[in-house]
Order: sequence, then structure tokens, then C-alpha cells
Amino acid sequence: MNPFTYVRATETSGAIRALGRDSHFLAGGTNLIDLMKMGIVTPEKLVDITHLPLKHISRTPTGLSIGALCTNSEVADHPLVLKHYPLLSMAFNAGASPQLRNMATVGGNMMQRTRCPYFFDTALPCNKRVPGSGCGALQGYNRMHAIFGASDQCIAVNPSDMSIALTALEATVHIQGARGGRILPFADFHRLPGDTPEKDNVLEPGELITSLTLPLPAFPDHVHYLKIRDRTSYAFALVSVAAALQLDGGNVRAVRLVMGGVAHKPWRLEAAEDFLRGKPATVENFRQAAYLAMQGAKAYAYNQFKLTLAPNAIVQALKTASGVTA
Amino acid sequence: MNKIVLGEPLNRVDGRLKVTGGAKYSGEYKQPGLTYGVLVPATITSGTVTAMDTRAAERAPGVVAVITVFNAPAVPGFQKDAVKPVRGLKLFNDNKVYFNGQPIALVIAETFERATYAAKLVTATYAETPFETSFEKNFDKGVVPNNGQYKDYVRGLADAYKNAPVIVEEDYKLPSEMHNPMELHVTIAAWVGDDEVHVYTKSQGVMGSQRSVANAFGLATEKVHIHSRFVGGAFGSSLRTWPHEIAAVQAAKLVKRPVKLTLTREQMFTSVGYRPLTIQKIGLGATLDGKLVGITHESHSQTAVYEEFTENAVAVSRFLYASANANTRYRVVPLNVGVPCPMRGPGEATGAFALESALDELSYKLGMDPIALRLANYAETDPERNLPWSSKYVKECYALGASRIGWDQRLAHPGSLRDGEWLVGYGMGCGAFGAHRSATTVRIRLSADGRVVLWSATSDIGPGTGTAMTVIAANILGLPADKISFELGDSGFPTAPTQGGSQTVSSVGSAVHDVCVALRGRLYELSGLPVDSTTDIDYVRVLKEHGLPELELSGESKPDAEAQKYSSYSFSAHFAKVAVHPLTGQVRVRQLIAVVDAGKVISHKTASSQMIGGAVGGIGMVLTEEAVIDDRFGKYINGNLADYHVPVNADIPDIEAIFIDKPDPYINPIGTKGVGEISLIGVAAAVANAVYNACGKRIRELPITPDKLI
Ligand SMILES: Cc1cc2nc3c(=O)[nH]c(=O)nc-3n(C[C@H](O)[C@H](O)[C@H](O)COP(=O)(O)OP(=O)(O)OC[C@H]3O[C@@H](n4cnc5c(N)ncnc54)[C@H](O)[C@@H]3O)c2cc1C
Repeated sequence: MNPFTYVRATETSGAIRALGRDSHFLAGGTNLIDLMKMGIVTPEKLVDITHLPLKHISRTPTGLSIGALCTNSEVADHPLVLKHYPLLSMAFNAGASPQLRNMATVGGNMMQRTRCPYFFDTALPCNKRVPGSGCGALQGYNRMHAIFGASDQCIAVNPSDMSIALTALEATVHIQGARGGRILPFADFHRLPGDTPEKDNVLEPGELITSLTLPLPAFPDHVHYLKIRDRTSYAFALVSVAAALQLDGGNVRAVRLVMGGVAHKPWRLEAAEDFLRGKPATVENFRQAAYLAMQGAKAYAYNQFKLTLAPNAIVQALKTASGVTA
Repeated sequence: MNKIVLGEPLNRVDGRLKVTGGAKYSGEYKQPGLTYGVLVPATITSGTVTAMDTRAAERAPGVVAVITVFNAPAVPGFQKDAVKPVRGLKLFNDNKVYFNGQPIALVIAETFERATYAAKLVTATYAETPFETSFEKNFDKGVVPNNGQYKDYVRGLADAYKNAPVIVEEDYKLPSEMHNPMELHVTIAAWVGDDEVHVYTKSQGVMGSQRSVANAFGLATEKVHIHSRFVGGAFGSSLRTWPHEIAAVQAAKLVKRPVKLTLTREQMFTSVGYRPLTIQKIGLGATLDGKLVGITHESHSQTAVYEEFTENAVAVSRFLYASANANTRYRVVPLNVGVPCPMRGPGEATGAFALESALDELSYKLGMDPIALRLANYAETDPERNLPWSSKYVKECYALGASRIGWDQRLAHPGSLRDGEWLVGYGMGCGAFGAHRSATTVRIRLSADGRVVLWSATSDIGPGTGTAMTVIAANILGLPADKISFELGDSGFPTAPTQGGSQTVSSVGSAVHDVCVALRGRLYELSGLPVDSTTDIDYVRVLKEHGLPELELSGESKPDAEAQKYSSYSFSAHFAKVAVHPLTGQVRVRQLIAVVDAGKVISHKTASSQMIGGAVGGIGMVLTEEAVIDDRFGKYINGNLADYHVPVNADIPDIEAIFIDKPDPYINPIGTKGVGEISLIGVAAAVANAVYNACGKRIRELPITPDKLI
């Protein structure tokens, strides 16, 4: 770990002002401190934002507002979330461990870096860590890696479970910078690697995530977050699926499907959604939707299995969300 | 007071200390002037270090010294003419690099953080040479081990299975598996003058550690004091003295201050051994009614280029079942990796996965129940050594396990039993491990206040050694447990074997038994009663009446010749019920039953805990654990607990241990055979066989992760 200075901010504008070059906001620290210990991030300064007044979870006329410094467990266990946005609770609870969720914040969760082993080891090549050094995973052990939207520069996936549910719920991100604020659809926050895999998302240097808003509840039931992993808990997704349905009799009135563990960002399955909308909720249709969702998928040496596991997981998530088994 | 019986489910005598933080582990001994050592790993996989730049590290705040391959003070035991040369890697002794991550320097600083920082500032220049870490690619380079203990074995005809009416011939692969105890490996070394040293270290054998350090530094054995009172898990990783332990002692000598050296989790992947990657071929041949005609078992295991490690992966096929023809071959494949070492159920756990899986495969080919198949080939005597068993209750194990798990619910045809969306299956697998006993000395003292203390230089890596010894002593002396304490983990105590090979209760327990019998006899003698009298006497009064402030005895106890006339093994039969999700490939173990023939059970609660812990290790082996090297770099890429998956609570079902609990009449005076290893041996096969029964997919390459089942 490099020597660094530490300041604690107590108000939002102060935090933004305090952030200089080579400095980072420190929230729960569950990702940042690890990265610093490994020598992957070497900030000169940490601006502790955990004392900022961004810890609310409150109803608004258009839905729900969640402060960026709420912890993962605070959101997951909040009665309004449990009642109106159960998909989000499910996704949170599928991530990390209770101890980590008690520390980790919503903003930090959005910003967490990939778990690609080549990114995590400074002795190995990684374009995301050191642009131009090459992608270690492309010809390497790429079992956990992307099957959608990757580039030759980077085939890493975003590891966040929370973000998969937030994409499905069509959340909005509120960002504050030195020159004012901006609002973004959650789905536009993370980006694909392209030729600049060092950029995980569109947040500009010096910008602070202040809150998220969720639209009025649309999927209070018929939701499921399915996470397939190498052990029953406390592991990152091989693939995950957030499925949310509105059912009208036996028909699908509205549907959201987003996959995790398959791309550099939450991967919305629009073709599958389009196919299902208005159709009977049957396993046969779920299968067809999954088939459509997989168009354009590309696997590497060690993650071929995702080409089967991903559509299976889509079908299973839809079955569980809808309660339809035939 | 009720007399404590053998088998008493006593609570762990040190349980309170452990859960309240009162148990002091090796890294927690505060030393005046303590410094901290952090190792610098090589970033190449094979070659030599040609130059090192340590200037920045030396200038960094708080740095006391930087030891490198170029300036390290000589370790006497590393020299060619050493009387008792140090085995294995000699750290900093020369500039050769055999594997990625091999330490090439050690930074000593005032704090751990400063040492960690300065270690990152050390740079090295290398001359790289080609390396090999790929096991598959080098499989054909497998050789018969040099140590001469692994000659090909043939009983009857070799490869006789090939001519049988029903044949199974399959390969089974286990990846490298790390011990990953919770407690990191740590050593504190503190010299007293030039010829005496105290070493607080994570050790399964304080006397072995004492010998190693004495040999390395040319010290008188009694001038080396090893302290290892509490160990936070080891599973075999502390059976020997590792290079970093020697380095800590070497560094403390150089800086003339105590040094504490803690390995990082990542360093533990290369520095303290592991269960080696192994590919095994099993050939089984049987008659149509299920009699084995031949067993062939071949194994290739990974080892290091700089030191050979061997383990008896093929032994299980020579004695577990009656077959007139059996042959085994064992090869090692030297690679540019850290050296493996024994890990819980060493050899047998690896071998039993292959053999017990193959038997299961055979049962389906024969259309025979797996238990019936095993009964049809029951070995009434040890077919390898041609000796009677000292005791064997495996038939009882089968029956108890089958009834407990509900084996009659099992449907022979895979994929036929459902629970909602899940497919349910049953499987079983057996284990065996040699029951050993070594010479041990125990000292006992009865004080005027009626308290009894016993001492022995054994260890406790978690099984509850002190608890079991307390049960034995309390039982013989007729005292309540809280009047007795058992001291271990110090090389100053009377001689005991290393805690490994499931022999602690058998060895140390027998010595405790014998010395307690002797003490009791002495007290009865003093009271003028015959030693076999059942009259209770008041020990305190006896001391007082004879004007004795205390009574102290010491006694050695060792195996007798009679035991050599028998073949002694502990046996286990594991039964698993699992659910497999056909779409997602998820496996959930729903129930595990371990039925154990380990002789007399001394301490029921801790023995059960041992069985449960071993079963958890078995679940890790079969479902989650795999250390992965990227062969382009020769480096582990999952050297941490986030990416190397030990099982978590959610992976663990109810596990029940059932003990046959019949004393072995020959092995020792207390009738125990040992449970440490058999708790794990056979579990992987039981689960894998249940997975097959559930869904019809035979997975011969561990771990069984979801991708392999869809
Ligand atoms: C062993 C382990 C297992 C895990 N498993 C999972 C899992 O299964 N699923 C999962 O989803 N996650 C998992 N995680 C990741 C965990 O969710 C993240 O570490 C956590 O959410 C990060 O939040 P934090 O508040 O601790 O962020 P920090 O570590 O404090 O910060 C992370 C980054 O976000 C930036 N940041 C933080 N807040 C803001 C803000 N308001 N505005 C702008 N930038 C900000 C920081 O500057 C930093 O760069 C795991 C982590 C660990 C260590």
C-alpha cells in the first residue's frame, strides 16, 4: 500500500472539492482498500465520504430515493424495498456476505471493479489496470468472463449483483460534480470495454454519486433473482438473472430481464423481453425467449458452458418468478 | 459425582478460551523489540536472480534489514557438509528460482505495514529459463519416485481386470487443493544469546520443529524451544518445518531482535504445501455376479522439481476389497511449483475418490446395489499384508449408514427420484486409514490440592487433544474433569509424536492411560490397598498422610509386538443424499452420514466434531475447491479466499457421525484407532456417486461445479 493522506468530508460540496488528482472517495472501503493493498489502485489521497448526509431511503412522488451511502444491508432490509422492490433485496442478499453488506454502500457497489484475476494481480497483463499491457484473460483462464459485448482489449465482467436488479427496475443515478449535477438512466451508467477498458462507467473524475431513484413500483411480485455460482453463497456469479414480470391471467403484460456475469455491464435482454410481452407465460415461450437472448453470444476457451448455463438460467428465473412450471 | 466414562461427551476443555479470545496463538506472543518480516516473492517461475536492488527498501522508513539471496547470512544446515542437512528448499542460500512466488528476499521492519510497503520496493533482475507447470502437458514425464517406497505392486496378475466379463476403466482427476487453515502461518523467533532460541510457530509437531531448527542452526536440541500451544487449523500444512520458519530464525539472528514472519494468504498457496493435482486410472474387472477379478490403480501426482513429495494414493486399492489380482503404479510429475505436503487423509483421500467412484460405476454396470457389491468383495483379512485385521466392523457401518440415510428410498435408475424441480440421489463411499501408534511419554503430577496436571509435547490443531486426554485421565483416576489439566504444544514437555496420521489419541492417549494407571497404583499402594481395589480413596488425604507435597510420575508408552501380528485400520462409510438442479447444475448436499469404525471413542463430542469437520473438507474437495495455475505465467490466479472456494455454511447440510464404538483389542490399551483422516476419506466419492444417482452425470474431474452438470 502506498502512503496516502486521508480527509473526512462532512458535506457533499466539500467532498467534491477535496477530491484532487490521484484521489479516491472512500465509502465502505470493501473494494477500494483491497485494491490498494494489492497495489492495483495507488491513491495519494482518500476522501472519506461516509459522514456525508446521503443515507436516506425515502418515498418520493415518483418512487423511491436511496442515498448513495446507504449500506447494502440497510437497503436490502428496508420495509419499503422489501414490499415494493423485492427484486432489489434479493439481488443484494445474493451478493458478498452479511459482514460485507453491512459495510458496503450503494455508491461503492456501483463502482466496484471487476474480479478478473488478471486485473487483480499486478504481475499479470491487464488492459483495464495498465492500458496497453494486453488482456491476460483473452487466452487465459477465462471461466468467469464475458459472453456479450466484450472486445479484444477486455473480456471482464462487472461483478455487481445490485446493479443487475437496478437495471431491471430502470433506476436513475444522481450525480454531483464541481460544475453541477446530472441524472442518468442506470442502464447508461456502466459501459462496454471497447478500446478503453480502463473506464468501467461514465462517471467523470471528481463526480460523486449522490443517490438513486427507483420509479413507482411496477413489479411487487413475480420477481426472481437467480444467481448461479461455484458455491452456495459468498461467490461471484457464473451467471445471474433478474426477472420481473407482470402477469395478466396467464399472459405476460410487462417483463424485465437482465443478466449478470456475462458482460462488462448489466446485460439487458431486450429481444427476450420483446418476444415475451403479450405472450402466454409458458415454459415453451421462456425457452424461446432465452434462445433469442443468446443471439450474438461469444464464448472463450473456459466459459463455453455459459452458452448453455445462461439460457437455462433465464428459463429457470422466469419459471420461478412466474410460478409457471409447464 | 458420576465417574467420567470413556466416550464422555465432554465440552472442549479449551472451548471457552477459544471463543473468548483467551487462547493465545503463535502470532500473539508479544516480544520486547519485536520486528516484522515480510517476504518478497520471485516474479519468474524458473531461472536465477541476477541482481537485486534493495536501496529503496532500505531507505524506507522503519526498515531494519533486507535479506536477499545475495547477502543472507549462512545457515549451517544448508551447507553441503552439514551433519544433518535441511530438507527441501533452502531459502536465500543461492540465487536459483524453482517456482513462481518463491521468496527471494525478506524485509525486516519496525511494523508489519512498513515491512509490507518496503517489500514492494525491492526489485530483482532475472535470467529466466523455460518452466513447466502444466500437469497435463507433462503427464508423460511421470517417473517412479526416487525414494524407493513406491515400486509397482502386483498381487496375482497385473491388469487382470482387462479379461473380466464386466469392466470399468476410467480416469479420475483431482485438482490441487490447498489446506487453507483459517490461521495464517506465522512464526516468531527470539534468540537468547547466540546459542539458544525460542520459536513460537504454527506447528503440528513441536519436537519435529525443534529438531529442524536445531539442525539448521547447529544448536543443541535442548537450546531450541518451540511453543505452539494453540493452532488455528493446519490439516497437514504444519507437519514439517517450512523454509519461511527457518528464515524467521535466521533473520532474528541477523538483526539481533525478535522477528515475526507471517505469510499472506497468497503466499500460503506456494509456501506450505497442498494436496497435489492427481490423475488416476482405475481398472476394475468383475464377474457377472459382482466378484472382483482384478483391480488396477495407477496414479500420477504433481510434485516439485526441487523436492520430491509422495503419498500413498494407490494404497487403498490393495487392501480395501478382496481381489486375488490387484496391481498399482504410482508416478510423480515434477513441475515448477511449490512442493506439496500431506493434507487430511493424505493419499487415501485421493485414492478413495477414484476407487470408490469406479466401484459405483461398476455397480451400475452390474445392475447391483453398491452396498451389495462391496459386501460381495468384503475383505475378511488384509489381502495386501496377509494378516488378520485387528478389528473391522465395516459391515455394521454399511448397515447403519444405509438405515440412517434411508437407502431404501434410493432408486437404482439415475434421474428417477424428484423433489419438485430437483433431482435427488443417494450415494456412498468408503474410507480407510492406517491406525498407528508411536512411542510417547507423559508426565503427571498430583498436587496437595487434589489437582492433576499432565504434560506431553503433542499438539492440538483443533481436534480437541486436551479434551480427549482429560477424559482418559478423569476416567482412570476417578476425578472430575475440572481437576485435570493437560498441557501440550511445547518442546520442553515429554516426547510425543507429531499430530498427524490420526495417531494422537492412540499414542498420547495410551501414554496418559498408562501414567494414570501408574499414579493410581502408587496411591493405592500408599494406602495399603491392592491396585485393583474398587474402593474409592481420597488422594489428597493419601498425600497428606505420607507427608507428600505432591506426587509426580513420568512414563513412556509404546506399541507392543503383539499388535504387529495384525493389520490395523480405521474405517468409515459415508452416505450422501444430494439434490441436483437439472437446468442450473446446482448441487445441494442434503444429508451426510458418516459411520465410523475407529475403535473405542474416547471423547464423543470432539470425535463427532472431527467427523463433521472432515466431511466439510470432503464437500470442499468434491464440490468447490480447486487451485488454478495459469501455465503461461506459472502462477496461481486464485490465490485468495474469494476465488479459491472453501465451502461456506450454506454448502453444509446436517452431518451426523455414528460410531461403532467397539474397542480394538490389539492396537493399544484404550482400543482407539483414530478418526482425523477417515472423516474425509470417501466423502468425495459418496457425494459424486449421489450426484450420478440423482442426475445420471458421472463427473470424474473434481470439483463438481454447475458447469459440469448442465
Ligand atoms: C470477498 C468479497 C466478495 C464479494 N462478493 C460480492 C458479490 O457476490 N456480489 C456483489 O455484487 N459484490 C460483491 N462484493 C463486492 C462488494 O459489493 C463491494 O466491495 C462493495 O459494494 C463496495 O462498496 P464500498 O462502499 O465498500 O465501496 P468502496 O470500496 O469504499 O469504494 C469502491 C469504489 O467506489 C468509489 N465510490 C464509493 N462511493 C462512491 C460515490 N458515492 N460516488 C462516487 N464514487 C464512489 C470509491 O472511490 C472506490 O473507487 C464482494 C466483495 C468482497 C471483498
